[in-house]
Amino acid sequence: MHEVGITTSMIEIALDHARTQGGGAKIHSLTMEIGALSGVVPEAIRFCFEACSQGTLAEGARLIIEEIAARAHCSSCDAEVELATQSFACPHCGDFALQLLCGEELRLKELEVE
Amino acid sequence: MCIDCGCPSQEQHSHHDHDHGHSHESPPAPRTLSIEQDILGKNDRLAARNRAQFTHHGLLCLNLVSSPGSGKTSILERTLTDLRQELGFAVLEGDQQTANDAERIAATGVPVHQINTGAGCHLDAHMVEHGVEHFNLDATDILMIENVGNLVCPAAFDLGEDLKVAVLSVTEGEDKPLKYPYMFRAAKVMLLNKIDLLPHLRFDLERCRAAAREVNPDIRIFELSCHSGEGMEQWYDWLRETLSAKLSAKEN
Repeated sequence: MHEVGITTSMIEIALDHARTQGGGAKIHSLTMEIGALSGVVPEAIRFCFEACSQGTLAEGARLIIEEIAARAHCSSCDAEVELATQSFACPHCGDFALQLLCGEELRLKELEVE
Repeated sequence: MCIDCGCPSQEQHSHHDHDHGHSHESPPAPRTLSIEQDILGKNDRLAARNRAQFTHHGLLCLNLVSSPGSGKTSILERTLTDLRQELGFAVLEGDQQTANDAERIAATGVPVHQINTGAGCHLDAHMVEHGVEHFNLDATDILMIENVGNLVCPAAFDLGEDLKVAVLSVTEGEDKPLKYPYMFRAAKVMLLNKIDLLPHLRFDLERCRAAAREVNPDIRIFELSCHSGEGMEQWYDWLRETLSAKLSAKEN
């Protein structure tokens, strides 16, 4: 949801860093981390990126999306599991004792600039 | 590689003439800039500022979320009417258009401000920051924010609240929490409203409770009817306890 706003924010962050840290260099690639439970759809980000980066230092840059699987730890049976959905019943023991370890990320990890 | 001009030549060569038979057009090596920044950081930062302000004023802030029509405004009208002599309330109303909900709240005598988002589908921290400028926060014990009726987007936008209260009604499906897991996971409390209608419906209460607990094992569920009054007292007790706990935490 709101992939346009999210993509625009990401490009703003990238341009800001390209200007300040990169000396105004053109951006070759951006690497994003999108967690499986972040609620963000990678395909929609790709679609928006092409449109939103026009006329900026990010135009033509490669968008690399690292999708982070949701992992949780069960405090009942001590298993570490990968979660496909939002269900918090442990797939091993069935107890509702899962603590999320990762999977909600929505961040700009790094840029490659000239 | 020549460390002065970056060309691949291994021999000594002059940098004042360009006559060494190879091109200077090899591209400069790309540099990697580590960013590691949350993309929704701006709203989160504003929300943190709101949160700090609310704590400073010693008030409890609740973000009410639900589908359109589950009864958020009606629950607020009943709650405010019953408790306004006991506690100081302020209400922010969020809708795309109209001031209808704010008018209903105003009739209870409680300070209220309507935010119209236009085409927007959720409130954000910036809107709340400006919305509360209309209130005397020192006189406020509980700030209620009634979000735009929408079970999708508000889950992603922190307003600075202490917690989200999700309202679901028995005229909706029991499996709503499974269909909208992000929202029901983000909420700490679920108000299951319109229970006075249960005799006329084929709503399975136990299935609904199970669905909510599947996505959020720790969610507190209050089953109530803001029209008949059934179950409202437990909700009011929870409000009092939660406010009291926040104030104690602040003192320590």
